[in-house]
Amino acid sequence: MASMRDIKRRQVSVTSTQQITKAMKLVSTVKLQKAKARAERNKPYFNTLYKTICSILSKTEHMDHPYLQDNGSSRKAVIVITSNKGLAGGYNSNIVKEVVGAGFSTKDVDIYAVGRKGVEGLTRKGYRIVMDMSEAINNPLYKDALDITKQVLASYSDGEVGEIYMAYTNFKNTVTQEAKLIKLLPLSIDELPAVEDEDDRVLMNYEPEADEALDILIPKYIGNLLYGAFVEALASENGARMQAMDSATTNAENMIADLSLKYNRARQASITQELTEIIAGSEAISE
Amino acid sequence: MAEKTFRLKIIAPERIFFEDDVTFVEFRTTEGDIGIYPEHIALTSIVSPGIIKIHTPSGEIKEAALLDGFSEILADQVTILAEAVEWPEEIDVHRAKEAQIRAERRIKAEEGDMDRAELALKRAIVRQTLAK
Repeated sequence: MASMRDIKRRQVSVTSTQQITKAMKLVSTVKLQKAKARAERNKPYFNTLYKTICSILSKTEHMDHPYLQDNGSSRKAVIVITSNKGLAGGYNSNIVKEVVGAGFSTKDVDIYAVGRKGVEGLTRKGYRIVMDMSEAINNPLYKDALDITKQVLASYSDGEVGEIYMAYTNFKNTVTQEAKLIKLLPLSIDELPAVEDEDDRVLMNYEPEADEALDILIPKYIGNLLYGAFVEALASENGARMQAMDSATTNAENMIADLSLKYNRARQASITQELTEIIAGSEAISE
Repeated sequence: MAEKTFRLKIIAPERIFFEDDVTFVEFRTTEGDIGIYPEHIALTSIVSPGIIKIHTPSGEIKEAALLDGFSEILADQVTILAEAVEWPEEIDVHRAKEAQIRAERRIKAEEGDMDRAELALKRAIVRQTLAK
């Protein structure tokens, strides 16, 4: 049995760890609220943009726009959104698993990484990181999303990559986050979920022409999708961390209870032993 | 008789910039300046950097710098999705001035993306005009 002093030392160390995890939990709760509000604020913009794109696509007949067609390249660009800090449960490893599990050959993939943990995880698996924008995820700006969009779209237009994907964590609610891999380009109309369009009777005019409008709108759409993914990922990260820290705090509590039980037993045992020794001693003298 | 109005929504990525009933709105698109009264024909157009003038039913005219985005115009509603839109008091004149100088240098040196530099220059000038 461990000595009383060892148990005490252990108890102190677990208690201080628990204080840290408790504080981290509180911090991520606050950050989660902020990130959630931010994700909410982006919704009206995104929904309107999405509706417009869908209505343009459904009303245009000739679909030979480069963003809608395969450009023949077999390389794939994957934008991977993870966090810069760990201690968030399975948050980062789930994303890495999602990318690895997509069935792409390692050689054919260009990774555009946002988040240091994703860079580390994917480099170890042998993926090629072509761009690292890890700073952006600390406090994602709309401009960051646009910058990345510009980069990937440029390599798409040059024919370097034929498909663009995005891996991020979808924020369902505070306790459920889901790693997701979605295809951004080429945009396929069949993959867009149908929108119920109340303005079907209205014949929309485009100025400039629908084709040119698509040229401008699709990058905006992707940029916004990316921005939406940033803010959702941020909310997910904090949600995941909150949960991880919550269970760490509970575990620490159990350990402390366990240790104090052991400590008391050890204390009792040592008292009993001392008593036995004294009694045995005094009996030996009186005999 | 009350003047006819329509709903104007200006939505930015991080906030709803403006949402109210208005009588008239004027802004710049890639095809030129347009003014919109109620019952306008359905039209989707791309925004070019310029000043947007919003006429409220009380006769007040609100101005803002509308720098990038696109608009969807319907008979009773106009939605402008603006990537960058600012009220005059939000504009940082010094920054705009610097951006103007940078853009002018780029244009003079003819380096990089000329269209981008030109857009940046336009934005900087619009911001400064409105802030004054």
